Amino acid sequence: MSTLLEMSGVSVSFDGFRAINNLSFQIGEPELRAIIGPNGAGKTTFMDIITGKTKPDEGRILYGDKGISLLGLSESRIAREGIGRKFQKPTVFEAQSVRENLAMALKNPRGPFDVLLYRKTRAGAARIEEIAARIGLSEALTRPAGELSHGQKQWLEIGMLLAQEPRLLLVDEPAAGMTPAEREKTTEMLVDLGRDHAVIVVEHDMEFVRRLNCKVTVLNEGSVLAEGSIDHVTGDPQVIEVYLGR
Amino acid sequence: MLRVFLAALLCAWLPAALQAQETAPGPAPDLQAILQQHQAEIAKPSRRTVGPAIEALAGSGLPGVPAFLEDWQNKEIYVREADGLFFRIDGSGDTVALLDLTTGETVAEDVPTDGLDQIKPNGGVRRVISEALVQFQLSDPDIDRRRDALDAIARNLDPDQLGPLRGSIAGEPDPALRLRKERLANYLVARFGDSTEARVAAIEALATDSSVDGRAVLSQILDTSVEVAQEVPDDVNLARVLEPGTDLPREEAYALMREAADLPPVLDPSGIRGLLETHVEGGKVGGLPIARLATRSGRLLAYDGLAAEGLVPERATPATVDAALASWTIYEAYDEEDSAVTDAARAANDSVQTRVAAGQAADLALDAVSLASIYFLAAIGLAITFGVMGVINMAHGEFIMMGAYTGYVVQLFIENYTVSLVVALPLAFAITFAAGVAMERLVIRWLYDRPLETLLATFGVSIALQQLAKNIFGTQARPLTSPGWLDGAWVINDVIQISYIRIAIFVLALLFLGLLLFILKRTRLGLEVRAVTQNPRMAASMGINPDRIKMMTFGLGSGIAGIAGVAIGLYAKVTSEMGSDYIVQSFMTVVVGGVGNVWGTLAGATLIGFLQKGIEFFNPSNTLAAQTYMILFIILFIQFRPKGIVALKGRAAGD
Amino acid sequence: MTRGFLAQNPSILWFIGLLGLFTLGVTVLSEAYGTAVLSTSFVKTLGKTLCLCLVAIAMDVVWGYCGILSLGHFAFFGIGGYAIGMWLMYARTEAIVTENLAAAVIPPTEAEVSDAIASQIFGVVGASEFPAIWAFAHSLPLQLAMVVLVPGLLALVFGWLAFRSRVTGVYLSILTQAMTLALSLYLFQNDSGLRGNNGLSGLQNIPGFEATPQSQISIAFFWASALALALGYVLFAWVVSGKMGSVIRAIRDDEARVRFLGYHVESYKLFVFTLTAVVSGIAGALYYPQAGIINPAEIAPIASIYLAVWVAIGGRGRLYGAVLGTVFVTLLSSWFTGGGAPDIDLGIYTIQWTDWWLVLLGLSFVAVTLFAPQGLGGLVDKLVRKS
Repeated sequence: MSTLLEMSGVSVSFDGFRAINNLSFQIGEPELRAIIGPNGAGKTTFMDIITGKTKPDEGRILYGDKGISLLGLSESRIAREGIGRKFQKPTVFEAQSVRENLAMALKNPRGPFDVLLYRKTRAGAARIEEIAARIGLSEALTRPAGELSHGQKQWLEIGMLLAQEPRLLLVDEPAAGMTPAEREKTTEMLVDLGRDHAVIVVEHDMEFVRRLNCKVTVLNEGSVLAEGSIDHVTGDPQVIEVYLGR
Repeated sequence: MLRVFLAALLCAWLPAALQAQETAPGPAPDLQAILQQHQAEIAKPSRRTVGPAIEALAGSGLPGVPAFLEDWQNKEIYVREADGLFFRIDGSGDTVALLDLTTGETVAEDVPTDGLDQIKPNGGVRRVISEALVQFQLSDPDIDRRRDALDAIARNLDPDQLGPLRGSIAGEPDPALRLRKERLANYLVARFGDSTEARVAAIEALATDSSVDGRAVLSQILDTSVEVAQEVPDDVNLARVLEPGTDLPREEAYALMREAADLPPVLDPSGIRGLLETHVEGGKVGGLPIARLATRSGRLLAYDGLAAEGLVPERATPATVDAALASWTIYEAYDEEDSAVTDAARAANDSVQTRVAAGQAADLALDAVSLASIYFLAAIGLAITFGVMGVINMAHGEFIMMGAYTGYVVQLFIENYTVSLVVALPLAFAITFAAGVAMERLVIRWLYDRPLETLLATFGVSIALQQLAKNIFGTQARPLTSPGWLDGAWVINDVIQISYIRIAIFVLALLFLGLLLFILKRTRLGLEVRAVTQNPRMAASMGINPDRIKMMTFGLGSGIAGIAGVAIGLYAKVTSEMGSDYIVQSFMTVVVGGVGNVWGTLAGATLIGFLQKGIEFFNPSNTLAAQTYMILFIILFIQFRPKGIVALKGRAAGD
Repeated sequence: MTRGFLAQNPSILWFIGLLGLFTLGVTVLSEAYGTAVLSTSFVKTLGKTLCLCLVAIAMDVVWGYCGILSLGHFAFFGIGGYAIGMWLMYARTEAIVTENLAAAVIPPTEAEVSDAIASQIFGVVGASEFPAIWAFAHSLPLQLAMVVLVPGLLALVFGWLAFRSRVTGVYLSILTQAMTLALSLYLFQNDSGLRGNNGLSGLQNIPGFEATPQSQISIAFFWASALALALGYVLFAWVVSGKMGSVIRAIRDDEARVRFLGYHVESYKLFVFTLTAVVSGIAGALYYPQAGIINPAEIAPIASIYLAVWVAIGGRGRLYGAVLGTVFVTLLSSWFTGGGAPDIDLGIYTIQWTDWWLVLLGLSFVAVTLFAPQGLGGLVDKLVRKS
């Protein structure tokens, strides 16, 4: 397992409020990692920083085999480097069909002229079918994404994530709004992905995290409070303090 | 009151002074007697000969002299042909009464006009008379006449006026007028003083005088004329040598040299063409066939052919011009010969120019501040609605227009402009407030999640309102007259002045800044507005009714637009299109300043106001260009500060 | 692939079919080649309307599909008009000047000809020399290139600056409006080099075709406009279908999400903005020879807003909607303002439509935005779905 992403000494503040405070973090490839923390711990800002949406005030972020810095890169460039993100609230393009959503996410050249002159290929169609089957939306390919149920949208977004073929997956509360059966399936898929990708799962639900059975990082007030197995961190008095106390 | 007192004082003093003169030794000559000494010059005055007569009159110190001079000038003096005596007359028709010049008593009644000659001095003589009169007027008891006399002197500086002017300074009771007399005397010394030292001293005193008159004196001393010579003579007071091509165009320099020396003319293409046309012979000109004359070089060749035959004058070739420019010098020489004087004047002029530049900068800054106040008033309502609701109200300009028309309509009913203004301001606020609330309820409320469509829908309202105003009030501009006490300008000196209306608008803008800050920071409504601006959902969950807040905010923003309309209408024309004149600038102000912040709008308005005036300063003839460049600047500015000068950060910014 | 593309978009065939029939119909009814039912000026009005439809579908692509409410596309339209107008005016004046100078004793030099043309064209603004921007005016091919290049470059530079700094939404609209205003203010100046508020005139006289009657010229331009509209329609239909369409609609709906999918959103916006600007320029170049005159007032921001109004009334996000809206509003507008609509006598007040048409338009526009955001196109869609 080699290190895929390394953040060190990253801080960011909004109008004097330090959302991320001297945060250091690393994840290898392949690895499945869960991030937990109370509200306002900086989980979302953490993901915003990695994906380039928020520029940190200080610190460095190195990514990939050559250790390129993500700091100066645009969101789209970071995405093309192989970092995929699934949002907490499912964000799919509701006016477009499931197939169009997946086709857009499919790993292909992203330049405007590449896209303009893009022709459908058999391999591409097959890949869409395969992903659709995996996320259980084979029957729904031609339906507008807006007609899907909440759970199905979550799946579609996971499907779009898969279609990008990223190396690092950032998954924000994947199981929210899912039925127990769907959660089960999601857990399996994440564990499965964690075997050959780097996957960061941000989750509130301890039970869900426990089932992922992976290393856990606890964030609090913008920095790492504890790191280790779920049993290790839940036994940490500081973590208990943060979650239950005061 | 003061004037009456001074006049009384003067009346008490003047006779005493005159009496003092009368008691001087020697026989006191009678006015008529002096006139008789110069009978011919006065009865038939000419500019050349009248001098001694006037000198004698002025020098006599007799009390009746000024009145006589005036009447003489106004052709009211008559001469009796029989004995050559001078009289005023009373009555008209065939017979008149003769009045004594000194006492005003009737000397003879029913004198036939046949025996009388009216004296009609010509324009030149009248001018000489009025110059002589000046010295009397300078000590006249009536302050207005003294002031007029000073104006007359200032209009046309003359060395002869120095004596009378100086003489009147000591007796001048009015301090301001006295100061002015001293300054005028100083101008006269500076221009016409006897000694170099006196003039230099006077000129040095001018270094702190930035008035138009003072600057005119310096520039007259520094008058130059352009001369051409092979070498600059030693005896001229040289200002500078002009370099052809840099200080003046080469063509002009050559033309000047042609005046001084016998040089061939530079012919322009049309001149050559004209001469060639007159020498066409058998399809050839100067030996060349006409077809070859379609190029410039062909024509020159043909012309030179003609010139060699002596048919046309020689022309200056570039080489001729170069040679002439090399061998002649063009220079500017001061008309004033004394170089010490011109040096002092130049130094004084530099210092004055610095002062004037500083004054102009201050004037420009005042202009910019007043423009910024207008933009602030026009934009602040927009900024509030944009900031609180994320809504661009394209009809904002039409609310400004509604305010202005409200002012106009109120004036139709209330004659007193002050009262009508006092009524119009709150009324305009009320009307546009109501219009804003109505628009919010009817249109904008349904489009909160579709900002671009709000923009278009409010644009629809804007088209309709504009046309409605056109239908009601017609297309021509309507007057919105400001009260009398707002007319005129506050004149600080000859360079800096600002009209009272602009000051009033500035004060109005300050008032609104204060009022808005108060509402936003110190009232419940303001607290709620800020809460809704920063986080509408959270605000709603805390029991604030965002609907009501948005309605009130929109009303407030529109109401301020109405007030801005009245203010703008006072100095600009009120038309149905006035809103669209301000809307883009208002948007710019909001965008540049940053959304949702009163200080941001203030900063934006200040920046845009100063920028526009600054650009106009560099290119004063062209306000269109100034606006073009300003918009380009703003487009670039947005590149570096996309969220404006005062930007909200973090989650409140909504990204 | 083309076959597949057309098969997937049957509306294109419908549109081109209808446009072809319409063109034939107008030709048959025209003065020059038919029964003379339609006057030459009406043929010109129809031709101009086709050009407006072309700029409207460009607007629809940039706004309806890509979500950029540009208030500057009519400026690009105007620039196209100016670019072609410069050649038309130059070439025509050159012909006149050459004719005048031919009678001279001595043949004119090139400089004399050029000076005479310049003083002929710019005398009205007190200038007599060609500004630098007229450097290519003598050449039709170069000036045709300007029709495409100038709007394209302006859109490219402006778009690059604006999109790069992530100016979006109403901010972007205001910024495009500012650009339009700056351009029109600039052109209003006498020393802009384009004759200030006089604009360029006499554009209906096509150099080289002085002998051809206007009735024939009008039909030629009508055909050219119809052809350009058809080509533009196919081009844009192609762009907005398939994966490109998918991406740009996604940008409209949630551009941040598209970024996280790895698309460089700014490039796409820039592509769409520039392409539509170029098409707008071409539309303008066809419009103004039919209008005969172009002046800076044509470019004023209000014109671009009207363009948005047409597209909104026609129904955004469908190309035929833009065409429908443009035809509907412009023809209705000329009917109302041309005195075609009967006045309504209310007893105390008579509504004269020449005065009240804009009030009606403004209010109905508000109504459409509120109650029928899909516009006329939405109605058509409903009808098609029912049948």
